[in-house]
Parts: sequence; C-alpha cells; structure tokens
Amino acid sequence: MVEVKNLTKTYGNIKAIDNISFTANSGEVLGFLGPNGAGKSTTMNIITGYLSSTSGQVIVDGSEILESPKETKAKIGYLPEIPPLYPDMTVKSYLEFMFDIKKVKLPKAAHIKEVMAVVQITDVQNRLIKNLSKGYKQRVGFAQALLGNPPVLILDEPTVGLDPKQIIEIRNLIRGLGKKHTVIFSSHVLSEVSAICDRIIVISGGKIVADAKTDELSTVLSGQGQLLLEVEGSSSAVSSAINDVYGVKKVNSLGNNRYAVDYDNTIDIRKGVFRALAKADCPILEMKNGGMTLEESFLHLTENSNKGGKN
Amino acid sequence: MLAILKRELSAYFNSAIGYIVLGIFYFFSGLFFFLSCLLSNTSDMSGVFGNMFMIVLLLIPIITMKSFSEEKKQKTDQALLTAPVNLFEIVMGKFLGAFVLYAMCVAIFIVYTLVICCFTAPNWATIFCTIFGMLLLGSALIAIDIFISALTESQVVAAFLSIAVALFISLIDVFTNITNSQFLINCINAISFNRNYLNFTHGILDLSNVVFFVGIAAIFIFLTIRVFEKKRWN
Repeated sequence: MVEVKNLTKTYGNIKAIDNISFTANSGEVLGFLGPNGAGKSTTMNIITGYLSSTSGQVIVDGSEILESPKETKAKIGYLPEIPPLYPDMTVKSYLEFMFDIKKVKLPKAAHIKEVMAVVQITDVQNRLIKNLSKGYKQRVGFAQALLGNPPVLILDEPTVGLDPKQIIEIRNLIRGLGKKHTVIFSSHVLSEVSAICDRIIVISGGKIVADAKTDELSTVLSGQGQLLLEVEGSSSAVSSAINDVYGVKKVNSLGNNRYAVDYDNTIDIRKGVFRALAKADCPILEMKNGGMTLEESFLHLTENSNKGGKN
Repeated sequence: MLAILKRELSAYFNSAIGYIVLGIFYFFSGLFFFLSCLLSNTSDMSGVFGNMFMIVLLLIPIITMKSFSEEKKQKTDQALLTAPVNLFEIVMGKFLGAFVLYAMCVAIFIVYTLVICCFTAPNWATIFCTIFGMLLLGSALIAIDIFISALTESQVVAAFLSIAVALFISLIDVFTNITNSQFLINCINAISFNRNYLNFTHGILDLSNVVFFVGIAAIFIFLTIRVFEKKRWN
C-alpha cells in the first residue's frame, strides 16, 4: 500500500534520513519508533508530500508522490505533530473547509457528521477551536485526517502531551482505524507502539535499525536468546552438561544454583537442555525465558546506532 | 481555490481586521470626497482618487500581513500543502481573498458616484476608469505583500516590511529630482506606481499602465509559489 524506496533527505551536510526503505501493507498498523530527532517526522513529511526527498521514491497505492502529487495526496490522511487547526474557526466550519480543499466526493454534511461521531467531537462542533482542550484539538486533527476515508493514514506522534485517559482513548481510536485503513503511526514511547502496532520499524540517526513484527521484535533486536535456569547439582557438572547442547553459546553461573544460558535464537534449546541435565542427574527446578525486554533492546539498538553515527 | 478564498474572507470578518480595513478606507475616502467634491461644489473626483493612493499603500499591508505568516506560525500550511491542491491554487486563493476584501473597500465609490448623481451628471468614463485603476493598483500591491508574508512567520514583521516597501513605492518619484540622466528618469517613471496610477484618475485608459500592474501582480504571485517550492526542496 505504501512503498518507500531508498529515501534520503539532506539539509546541507546533515543527513536527516539516510537511505530508508520499507513497505506498509494494506490494513496494517505500522509503528514508527525512534528517539526524538531520529528522522520520523521528516520521513512522514516526505511521504505526505510536504517536503521533497533528496533522492528516493514514495509510492502510495500505485502512484508516486512527485509524479502525481494530487492523486497521491488524495489517498493520504495526515495528522502532523502539531494538528493544523485554524483557531478562529468552529470545529464544523473547519471540517467543512478541509472537506472542500481535499475535494472529497462524498455527501458533505453526512460524511462530516459521520467522522465527528467516530472521533467523538459531535458535542463540540459549534465551538471555536481555540477554546478546545488539547485532547479535543487532537481529535479535530484526527477528524480532518479521516475526511474522505483515505486508504492510508499517517499519524505523527498523536498522543504527545495528552493525559493518560486521553492517551488510552486515542490508542483505541487508532486500533479501530487500523481495521479499515493502513496506518503509519510514529512515537518515541515504546510501550505505546507495542500496544497498538502489528509491526514496528525502529529508526535512529536517520536509519532503519530494525523492522519486525511486534512480538518478534525483542528477539530480532537482540540477535540472541537467554534462558534462565535453576538446577540442583554441582556447578561444573551443570555447566559442562549444558555447554554440550547444540545452539548454546555461553553458560553463566549466577550463584545459588542459578544459571543464565545465552543461545542462538534460531534454535530452541529447551528440550536439549532438559535431556542433557536429566542425563547428568541434575534436576531442573525452574526454567524461563530471560531474553531482553523490548525496552532493553530498543535502548541497546538506538544507543549502538548513535555510537556508530558519531564515529 | 474557492474553499481557500471562502476561508480567507470568513477569517477577515471573524476577526476585527475586515471591519478595521473597511472602516479606515470608508472614513478617509469619505473625508476626501467631502472636502474635495462636496465642499468645493465639483463632480470631479480625481482629487479624491489621487489622495487615496497613499491610503491604499498603507492599508493593504494590514489586509495581507496574516496571509501566509499566520499559516506558517500555526503550522496550518501543512494541511494546505498536503491536500490535493497545487501551489498555484493555494496562492491564488489567498490573493483573491485579499482582493475581494479590497474590492469591497473600493465599492464605496459607487455610493459617492450616486451622491454626485443627485446634483449633476457624473463623468462616468473617468469614474469607471479610476475604479478599474484602483483595483489594478491594489492587485499589484496585494501580490507584493502576500509575497512578503510568505517570507516570514511573524505577521508583525510582514506588516512592517510591507509598509517599508509601500513607503519606498510612494517616494520613488522623488529620485527623478536627484539625477540629470534622462535614461534613469525614464526608468524611474516607468516603474513609478504613482505615475502609472495617475493616468487612470484622469480618465486615461492606457494599455501600458494596465500591463504594468497586471505584470507586477503576476510576477509576485509566481515568486510566492517559488518560496513554497524552495522550502519544500531545501
């Protein structure tokens, strides 16, 4: 649905984004994760046609943004980091204006009413935007992105600055929208992205450092698995028994009959470990997965790439 | 384009700007009309139109100061630039919005003409020619000031720069006094807004004057589009 190929954007000598490529499939909620200043907004601004890339291509549903900008822009609903609202307009007149400039072909009054109902702003439709709370302003921003039912929605940090209740509401909204639209959604908050998205792209220093399904991200990111064990028996016997199992890289004794086993995450070593320890007559009291948490992997990755960038 | 034009007009009248501009224009044109026509017992309005030159120069920066600077400040330009409209439509929408407000100002001269009609037959050719000239002068100034507004995020900076340009335009004729070179004098006369405008107030419809104002408007609309293209590519 959205195809980004070798996208690069330079400002003078600084590379804001560097050779980024990815594809967002139809009906997918894709999370764009990275620390502040990683290049998330720049990438989104290029996809939506607000900025031009230095090189590379953006193809949305078969049309290229620079070759056929009007056609491509009509397929995208965009909520920038700061919602583009006119404070001196009422919610309804603002949405009518956005409906007109987006040249939406649907019945105007009915469609605006429907969109206002989806983001729950019907009760403030006649209020001036400048008098609304931040959460409501964000929703009005959402509403304008939804006008015309575009197949692709691009949301740039939609939950920043909201209170916890509003954040949960917005998350639920995005999850609901993901059923009908392809959603690309950026955030620097990991828990948020992992809670909403099917797939996560981690971007740091202008480069993609990971692209994986949410539940696989931690193993993909760390490149290795870790198994935590509590085993009865002498530590030398236990260590040598586990070391012989295929796929094991290293056994660390943590003391108190506890061990941390690093292994190649493409192989499941649990059965092998069970058999080896049974053979050595060392009963396993506890076995659990001790891989990096999502947070740890994220920090590990973005720190590594930043170090690389400085060198 | 129509949607942007409509929004511009509603923005003028949702804030005080629309009413202030209309009020100032009606007040000064009314004053000049009273002083030079009614008090002097004449139907010749060329004096009124001549005096209005300065008012128009100083009033148009107030109309256009917000045009693009406010969009940039509120980040609403992102909505316009990512909507399926091209830059020409956006800039023309803004231009026409300001022009319609200005045309509402100029429309007051129809009332003054009707007042003259009560006493004597007015010189229709001169009046229509001047109103036309005034609209052309306005369109050139609006294009220049919208261009200035596109350069900055601050409407105050936009207003001051536009007023500075307006003062320069009003003083340009003075430079003919400090040079003896006929070539320079001809050049200054050719680009003098006042000279190009005064022909209209005397009822002379000269094509070169029309081309001058339309040309300036076209050039600055083009430059405004270029400002946004450059921003996108940088």
